[in-house]
Amino acid sequence: MVSRVSYTLDSTLDSVNKVEETAEELAQKSGLDEDQVFQITMAVREAAVNAVLHGNAYDPQKKINASFENTGKSLIIRISDEGKGLDPSKLPDPLAPENLLSGSGRGIFLIRSFMDEVHFKLLNPGTELTLVKHIDPNQKSA
Amino acid sequence: MSMKISTRHVDGVTVLDLSGRITLGEGSVQLRDAVRDLLSKGQKEILLNLADVNYIDSSGIGELVSAFTAVRNQGGELKLLKLTKKVHDLLQITKLYTVFDIKDDEAEAIGSFKRTK
Repeated sequence: MVSRVSYTLDSTLDSVNKVEETAEELAQKSGLDEDQVFQITMAVREAAVNAVLHGNAYDPQKKINASFENTGKSLIIRISDEGKGLDPSKLPDPLAPENLLSGSGRGIFLIRSFMDEVHFKLLNPGTELTLVKHIDPNQKSA
Repeated sequence: MSMKISTRHVDGVTVLDLSGRITLGEGSVQLRDAVRDLLSKGQKEILLNLADVNYIDSSGIGELVSAFTAVRNQGGELKLLKLTKKVHDLLQITKLYTVFDIKDDEAEAIGSFKRTK
């Protein structure tokens, strides 16, 4: 059964926590194992942090949107902000030797590591990240 | 949800026992402040006990790296003790597992600091 929920939230860390909790609940209900639930929860948290911190820069006038969908075959989470827009091709590689000791710049890398698909869409203004995790039919809860 | 830090001194090494989450807005700032405070007091041999850290995000990972470089730049050493599986996996994915000196046994970790040899 398809389920979908969406929120429009302020650019705050409370919103990040709300998005994280919703993602965790969605992943747990889909019957994924503990490691996968952790990975999805973390990836979604990182996307929400990006939207609030790097996208909207905590601007109280700007909102983030978060939608969570279980299609039965996949979990699809979309997070969007109203910021300047993120060009993923310009992100430094956090695994490059010169970046290894950087104090930041690992969020998108972790999102890509943990999700099956990650899509970037430039809005006007802002960025929408779509995170997809496919559900193994043998793993789904009854 | 937030992180707690308690401090011990063992054979010239400062052990910070961390518990909870190291994330943006929760544990990251606390960790930064704790390490800065130690460095300002000249305590440069620091062991971070992460046994009770159940969650860390990219901000927390960045804070560990910043702490590591801050201590090293002052001629000290910062090592990690008792990683949970999740933190261990994250440090492997980000290629930081080889950057940090990571120990499972506290006595061995304490003994490995140059100052205490």
